[in-house]
Amino acid sequence: MSRSEEAVIEVRGLVNRFGPHVVHEDLDLDIRRGEILGVVGGSGTGKSVLLRSIVGLKHPDGGSIRVFGQDLRRLPADQRSRLERRFGVMFQRGALFTSLNLQENVALPLIEHAGLSRADAEHLARVKLALAGLPPEAALLAPDALSGGMTKRAALARALALDPEVLFLDEPTAGLDPIGAAAFDQLLMTLRDALGFSVFLVTHDLDTLYTACDRVAVIARKRVLVADDLATVEATDDDWIRDYFHGPRGRAASQAAQRLEDQ
Amino acid sequence: MPQTALSPGKLERQAGGLRATGDWTLPHHQRLRKTIEQQRPGHAANTQDLDLKGLGELDTSGAVLLVEIIGPERMLEVANWAPEQPAERHALLLAVAGAMQHSDPIPTPTRSPAVAALGEIGRIMENLGRQQLQLLGFIGLTLGSLASVLLKPWRWRVTALVAHIQQTGLNAIPIVALLTFLVGAVVAFLGATVLRDFGATIFTVNLVAYAFLREFGVLLAAIMLAGRTASAFTAQIGSMKANEEIDALRAQGLSPMELLVLPRVLAMMISLPILTFIGMLSGIAGGAMVCVLALDISLTQFLDILQRDTPLRHFLVGLGKAPIFAFLIAVIGCLEGFKASGSAQSVGEHTTSSVVQSIFMVILIDALAAMFFMEMGW
Ligand SMILES: Nc1ncnc2c1ncn2[C@@H]1O[C@H](COP(=O)(O)OP(=O)(O)O)[C@@H](O)[C@H]1O
Ligand SMILES: [Mg+2]
Repeated sequence: MSRSEEAVIEVRGLVNRFGPHVVHEDLDLDIRRGEILGVVGGSGTGKSVLLRSIVGLKHPDGGSIRVFGQDLRRLPADQRSRLERRFGVMFQRGALFTSLNLQENVALPLIEHAGLSRADAEHLARVKLALAGLPPEAALLAPDALSGGMTKRAALARALALDPEVLFLDEPTAGLDPIGAAAFDQLLMTLRDALGFSVFLVTHDLDTLYTACDRVAVIARKRVLVADDLATVEATDDDWIRDYFHGPRGRAASQAAQRLEDQ
Repeated sequence: MPQTALSPGKLERQAGGLRATGDWTLPHHQRLRKTIEQQRPGHAANTQDLDLKGLGELDTSGAVLLVEIIGPERMLEVANWAPEQPAERHALLLAVAGAMQHSDPIPTPTRSPAVAALGEIGRIMENLGRQQLQLLGFIGLTLGSLASVLLKPWRWRVTALVAHIQQTGLNAIPIVALLTFLVGAVVAFLGATVLRDFGATIFTVNLVAYAFLREFGVLLAAIMLAGRTASAFTAQIGSMKANEEIDALRAQGLSPMELLVLPRVLAMMISLPILTFIGMLSGIAGGAMVCVLALDISLTQFLDILQRDTPLRHFLVGLGKAPIFAFLIAVIGCLEGFKASGSAQSVGEHTTSSVVQSIFMVILIDALAAMFFMEMGW
């Protein structure tokens, strides 16, 4: 499936607030089919809240969110559940089910939604765990026995369980070692190329932005300031963006990406 | 990738190997797996050729099946034997084959059911023994930290103590009062029914008074708190443990015993005697209501008999048990919380266990105490 201009998700005029605290005001954003969209912004600018609004976990206080051309909030429950099955979500803290081991965690949606038998589902789950870079013996571990990086990988495997069309990742490489993070980016691109899903990727990892993302959306001052390819975003005249991309870390990541391309 | 069921996946035999056609996606997974088992009697046939020219949609679940058919090693060379496939699909098959090379099925140990049952019994017995040992140890720990804090008033956690007294004591008053009132009425009815045959209806008053002062007041209040508060203690401490909050306290050099356990234990030891007293009063009130409304015993008569015939020692015997019960309930609730591990399941199991254990302990100690008091003639 080629990348196209077609938007799978359209957010228009989104408003979110918690009491008097306004998080989003008149926020617009598109996620296009097959792209990896990096979402950046300072801590507390509402990236996670935006993700939760799109996947339907938070009721927006205004504006509209159209998913595959339909407004999730206006749909009856069963149609909505069917649409939501086309999402894969990886939460910031993993949110694995603590009373199930890893293979059961990944197998659960396969059994519930795809109607597989337990044995088939667990077999598939083990492959997905391996795809996410976990060793085979991890399949029987409980979530509280995992390191931070393993938790991220297991959460990715669960998000990928149903071969979603849109994958939402909330800071997936935070807490991974640099080698693991690079492997994660590579894995994400391989799977995206193979399966053609779109990715909404909240990240603070500049290397991920430079290597994996097709477009970058910058959230600041309650809105999306720009959402475009990296070159355009970097060139945007804004203090926060300048500090972010042209600070010491931004420069290093940009040079590293340049070297990679030159090879 | 959209889950259309237009051309369900198929696996067919053809000259020199197998041919996969149609959509190999999740909705067809179960059926395709069955077909594969049929097409491949015995598992040695991994070397067959596979023709992918007619393949429709493919997702990871389908890729897993294809890899199983020809084996991960051959799939790693997919670009050689199926060059007509697009590069993305090669990438997917390679990724899945790479993952499956290392994901051999894990052998699960099997044991005979008889051995497993014996083992389970052994484990339960061992746990039971260990539990009592742990409880004794924890009681010692609690008393130790109590002693160390007692003489240092600046380390008393008065705010936490008062907050816990409100939750365990004050908030439980309505339910304890209602419960004992109803049981008081029931006891009076029962007594009246039995005693009427002997023409001794009037002794219903003594029955209710004795029962509530010695046993029911404290027992009902204690069971109520075991269900209501021991479970709360376990869930609170258990989820703090799951969230590494206990470790955070320790790492900052703060004592969880002092911060979490002592306020709860002390609050319980203050609340339960008060609730016991309230329970006694309201149980007797329930009995009085039945006597007045159903048995033609007037309220003055009731109070008169109560005052004349009931020695103080019954009240003291009942009330004396309250702090002991309170201590046990609180300690069991807290200890079970500390035993919980990170999972939601484990917090649930230990909450159940804390309620069961504390009610069991309360009734056991009460039975022992009843025998002791009887022998002593108190
Ligand atoms: N459930 C909530 N209740 C109140 N405020 C919230 C809630 N969730 C998020 N917020 C606020 O919304 C803002 C954005 O949070 P979040 O989306 O988590 O930030 P981030 O961009 O770091 O992911 C923060 O100021 C946070 O305090
Ligand atoms: Mg966040």
